[in-house]
Amino acid sequence: MSLRTPLSNAKGLGSAKEGAHHWWAQRLTSIALVPLTIWLAFTIASFGEFSYDAVIVWMQSPLVSVALALLVVTMFYHVQLGVQVIIEDYVGGWRKVASLIALNFACIALTFMGLFSIIKVSL
Amino acid sequence: MAEFSLPANSIVKKGRIFEAPATAKNTKRFKIYRYNPDDGQNPSVDTYDIDLDTCGPMVLDALIKIKNEIDPTLTFRRSCREGICGSCSMNIDGMNTLACIKAIEDIKGDVKIYPLPHLDVVKDLVPDLTNFYAQYASIQPWIQTDTPPPPDRERLQSKEDREKLEGLEECILCACCSTSCPSYWWNSDRYLGPAALLAAYRWIADSRDEATGERLDELEDPFKLYRCHTIMNCTNACPKNLNPAKAIAEIKKLIVKRRN
Repeated sequence: MSLRTPLSNAKGLGSAKEGAHHWWAQRLTSIALVPLTIWLAFTIASFGEFSYDAVIVWMQSPLVSVALALLVVTMFYHVQLGVQVIIEDYVGGWRKVASLIALNFACIALTFMGLFSIIKVSL
Repeated sequence: MAEFSLPANSIVKKGRIFEAPATAKNTKRFKIYRYNPDDGQNPSVDTYDIDLDTCGPMVLDALIKIKNEIDPTLTFRRSCREGICGSCSMNIDGMNTLACIKAIEDIKGDVKIYPLPHLDVVKDLVPDLTNFYAQYASIQPWIQTDTPPPPDRERLQSKEDREKLEGLEECILCACCSTSCPSYWWNSDRYLGPAALLAAYRWIADSRDEATGERLDELEDPFKLYRCHTIMNCTNACPKNLNPAKAIAEIKKLIVKRRN
């Protein structure tokens, strides 16, 4: 039982004075992903042959590998921002903290895995 | 945290049926949520067949007819019966709206009436709005200035600046918008909800107010403000045709504007 006033409950712990960065970054990454994903989809669709050598040669072009690297970084940052919102919406207590930590670790690991693979192939 | 299943004592049972008198020719069936905290029973849905020839045109008229002539135990809030007090907000035919300005003839089939969603029910159609009102108080809905008022007259506002408050100051705090918002259902302990945010923007947009920065400081929070995901149920539900979603978007834009 709590004898806190309703106003005290409504004010809670006060404003965190953040959230704008997250909101803005989510919008920026969505804008960036529009050309990047369209480019990737069209390029893959217009591939004549999917042989191992052909794809390696394609990826070794600096423009392509840089675009792929940008796509990987932007996409996993966007995933992290978006899934964080879903977790905050629906999960509470220790489960929220645990899932947010797991999400951040997973997104950073996947970003580095993607970048390392691109570098390895294109060098 | 989100709750997806009802607690055991919230499962709604079938209720009593009140048939219309045999002489009635033009009847409409009303199915109304009933809950009495004193009898220890689960909530139920009672059925009332109403003779529309002896009833006023609005849903509130039917509720008042039921209370006066059929079942005086039916409990609901009402006052002005003309959409200005915001008391008779409830969920009618699946939409949050005011019973007094919802016409019975606009509803196809049975008229289903429930209290506003995802609030504690005090009795029947009366929800507990304590937290909703406290959230409104928490945004400090009054003018705040450092400049003292002129000694000989009121604070002046140009016609153009006054027009910026149109669509904001008409809010009657009926809570239809906030209780239609999924984000508010899951996180109303921390998310302020569309009604309180619209009220906050009403003071941010007021040319006479001098606390804009402090107001934005207080709102910039992942839960207080940014639980809004532009679902737009609030704007859909508002019986006064206001646009809380737009007011929230304006707050977000101002917070970005002062950073860049």
